[in-house]
Amino acid sequence: MTILFYIAALIAIVASIMVVTRTNIIHALLYMVISLLATAVMFFLIGAPFIAAMEIIIYAGAIMVLFVFVVMMLNLGKQAVEQEKRWLSTEGWYFPSLLSFILLLEIGYLIVSGQTAPFNGRQIPPAEVGKELYSTYLIGVELAAILLMAGIIGAYHLARRKKYVVHRFLKTEGAEQ
Amino acid sequence: MIAISLNTGLIIASIMFFTGLIGVMIRKNIMFMLISIEIMLNAAGLAFVFAGAQHGQADGQIMFLFILTTAAAEVAVGLALIIQFYQKFKTLNSDAANNMRG
Repeated sequence: MTILFYIAALIAIVASIMVVTRTNIIHALLYMVISLLATAVMFFLIGAPFIAAMEIIIYAGAIMVLFVFVVMMLNLGKQAVEQEKRWLSTEGWYFPSLLSFILLLEIGYLIVSGQTAPFNGRQIPPAEVGKELYSTYLIGVELAAILLMAGIIGAYHLARRKKYVVHRFLKTEGAEQ
Repeated sequence: MIAISLNTGLIIASIMFFTGLIGVMIRKNIMFMLISIEIMLNAAGLAFVFAGAQHGQADGQIMFLFILTTAAAEVAVGLALIIQFYQKFKTLNSDAANNMRG
């Protein structure tokens, strides 16, 4: 079981690095799906089956598909990939990477220097999560609903195409009639 | 029962978080920056679930659900902005929008 966890963690990390370094955006999205699936395996192994299912259904299933649809809508061609290659080959990337790596080392040191016990291995069933969610965190659920509503309305408003009304002599730009 | 400690889990989560952070900093394509932010949100949720599993409580998983909701709303708005950005500038280069119009 432990070795399965480490393999899943390794796959998640490698897939994340591949996402960041790809030039083709669809390849990056596929690697992102792999990373999310590996994360779901980790969740399952540490005793959170409900969250593992949510990760696959919502993250890999809904959010990534949304990304893929938008990439299809934008219809980027081969020259976008070429451009990405040129941007990545310039040496603007290694100084930010170095700084982030130093921060990562600091956080790793802080985590390692404190001692913690191993996981107790208790599985937390979905029923328990649901009970807690709808009693203690009820206000959070309602706020999340408001946030999603605002997200839907905002996305609709922002992505709407502006209408161009062309008269015989003058071209006016208006959002609606 | 698996014999790993919370430290291991937190280190995995921080490695993924910093991968996302590097992605936000080194990429010029605004789409890749949004995907990198997704990696960072996912890593934060991972840390929450690990901490919840350590204490045997459901709270970590609930926090992950809230992060998931936030990520969904953020992606919807962010992708709408990207579509508008592309229609306006005909490119996904984030440098195209480096000056304000006011």
